[in-house]
Amino acid sequence: MNRDVAESKSSSTSLDVRVRELLSRGRKDLATTRFKEIAIYFALIGCGLFSLLITVSIIGVLLTETLRFFQFDEVTVTNFLGSADWTPLLGETKSFGIWGLISGTLLVTGIAMAFAIPLGLVTAIYLSEYAPRKVRDILKPILEVLAGIPTVVYGFFALMTITPFLQWLHEGFNVYNAMSAGLAVGILCFPTVCSLAEDALQSVPKSLRDGALGLGGTRFDATIKVILPAALSGIISAFLLAVARAIGETMIVALAAGSRPQATIDPRDEIQTMTGFMVQMAGGDVSNFGTEYFSMYAVAFTLFLITLSLTMVGNIVRRRYRETYE
Amino acid sequence: MSQAPQEHDRLKGQEESSQQGQEQQRRLRNSVGRMLLDHYFRLACIGIACISVVVLVFLIGSIITQGVPSLSWTLLSGTPEPEPSEAGAWPAIAGTIWVCTICALITLPIGIGTAVLIEEFKPRSRWANRIFSVIQLNISNLAGVPSVVYGILGLTAFVSMFGLVGSLKRGESSFEIGAIYYDQFTNLASDPFMSMGVEDAKERYFLAPVISPSDPPTVAKSGMEMFEYQGDQKIPVKIEVLDPFGELPSDPDALSLAIAADTVPGRISEKSWYYFSLPFGRGVLAGSLTLMLVILPVIIISSQEALRSVPSSLRDGARGLGATPWQVVWNITLPAAAPGILTGSILAMSRAIGETAPILIIAGIVYIRNAPQHLMDSYTVLPLQIYNWTSRPQEEFHAIAAAGIVVLLIILLSFNAIAVILRQRMQNKVR
Repeated sequence: MNRDVAESKSSSTSLDVRVRELLSRGRKDLATTRFKEIAIYFALIGCGLFSLLITVSIIGVLLTETLRFFQFDEVTVTNFLGSADWTPLLGETKSFGIWGLISGTLLVTGIAMAFAIPLGLVTAIYLSEYAPRKVRDILKPILEVLAGIPTVVYGFFALMTITPFLQWLHEGFNVYNAMSAGLAVGILCFPTVCSLAEDALQSVPKSLRDGALGLGGTRFDATIKVILPAALSGIISAFLLAVARAIGETMIVALAAGSRPQATIDPRDEIQTMTGFMVQMAGGDVSNFGTEYFSMYAVAFTLFLITLSLTMVGNIVRRRYRETYE
Repeated sequence: MSQAPQEHDRLKGQEESSQQGQEQQRRLRNSVGRMLLDHYFRLACIGIACISVVVLVFLIGSIITQGVPSLSWTLLSGTPEPEPSEAGAWPAIAGTIWVCTICALITLPIGIGTAVLIEEFKPRSRWANRIFSVIQLNISNLAGVPSVVYGILGLTAFVSMFGLVGSLKRGESSFEIGAIYYDQFTNLASDPFMSMGVEDAKERYFLAPVISPSDPPTVAKSGMEMFEYQGDQKIPVKIEVLDPFGELPSDPDALSLAIAADTVPGRISEKSWYYFSLPFGRGVLAGSLTLMLVILPVIIISSQEALRSVPSSLRDGARGLGATPWQVVWNITLPAAAPGILTGSILAMSRAIGETAPILIIAGIVYIRNAPQHLMDSYTVLPLQIYNWTSRPQEEFHAIAAAGIVVLLIILLSFNAIAVILRQRMQNKVR
């Protein structure tokens, strides 16, 4: 150390050289740093564009393969959009009427929502407005566990527990029926509705709540007359997202709802949903590249359009709503 | 004359005040009603909230009662035999580990990168701002796309690669690394019709290397050098081609090296652990990439939330010391957000483990006896195996499916537990 200092003192020129050296090294470092910054920035932009690429390729793939489906002689657009007979595997009497699958999907979704929306909303109100901290600390993890259970487990539950129970209640229930699948989908959507609706209720400013309570309203008055209307758009968006989730649900209906496409409103009967048909196609041995294989893409495209429009409307409603309080 | 209207007003006033009194009484009564209503509503809320607890208990209870009796070591280590008592899920468990590990390795960098881009590199120009909001909207829409649709996309994009390279229909790929092809010959002794009089000779198989998989079958010649497996090692041997109806040598060793003149070889291939081919086919890599599509939006959204929760004073401090944007992210923001990002990623991975529909579309239901050996190997995953067992008519398989579910739920619950512990640690740190 001492020698070092002595040396630098003895020759001011060597100090000058060293300072210059340091400075130039700093400049070099700066150049590499700048280059690194730009490279990383472009890599990140690549990541961001990747998500756009996914959307573009979903739409591109589904659109081209659906168009190829409509180029087959046995397929007509009027049959596809105007009929409820979905019998792609029947050889001579093939018919591709998408309503046969959509009606099944709607039936299951309707049953699921009749279960999930009221229960989810009331639970959300309870969690947000009434529940003491301790109860929240127990209920929230339970809802999270329910939301984290894989759908194939719900499918097993529907087929092995709900269906026998329904058959015990009423003998008319088929082994595969829309009711049991719908209830299981409802249980699956329940945590979704609940947590999204609770988020909406929680983001209502505290001043509104305090104002309603200060005017002498009970908690019920404050909730029903002030907080619910204020959070309405968020709650509607929660419902829409839950409906989209129920429509896209696959494994439960594949296991419990059966595989006979028909337009019926009888929940005891066997039906097939759009997702159920896709699973049947993929799981079976229809690997020849025929009409029924491409019908899978047409069904997927229909499903994609329905769920995408629901999620988009849901997200737009929620965004609008968020802006009003910021 | 003027008194009458006044009188009238007074009377009217009295009337009004009595009306007011009635109104007040009604309101008072009403407020009791409102209190009661509030009370009943609270009770109803508690009752309905209990439903979720009841459902969870019922669900877990029914699966445990059905599944625990068939939990056994065979289930964890065995192969999915057609006999229920011998059926196991080892190939499925190994497949889940392979697929989810590769999926995590691919998804985490892309997902966190996107989140960092949106949260930390906010653009200043209006035009770039618009692109960013499109990306943000796109991500929240992608999160709502049903996973089965991702399966269909993966089927086209990864399994057959849009039909651009090779053809899946004919089962050939246009590009391969790490595969060696052989023509396999059987010797005279292993042919049941030819083995008359050669019972002493043991059955042997000889491999003749093939340069390209599209070559015509090798024609065997006397004195040709082929390979033979002895244990794990390939040993070169010289073979003899004989007319099976002619005179056969009496020495069993020499006889065992003989191949009938008209033997047609079978084409087999040996694939190394780094085997790679285009298109990906129904292999592990295609499955991992498809799962990536499913969980990418989940990881992006949770990482965004974690990054947003880092106080901006930290960033400002680093910036004030002269750090570049990336230095701020790498040294300050990412370490501060790491527990949140990790929690979100673990939850996303537990979703990937349980995801069935896209894998079902990609891989189909196939009978798999072995754990995957390379990235293009066919595979199955635990939820798919459960689906397979559940959809069979025999009762015994349903019990095994329930046992498989118990295994799956234990894996998922341990993942969730890790996430919860991490989150609590993080909260303690912030406090």
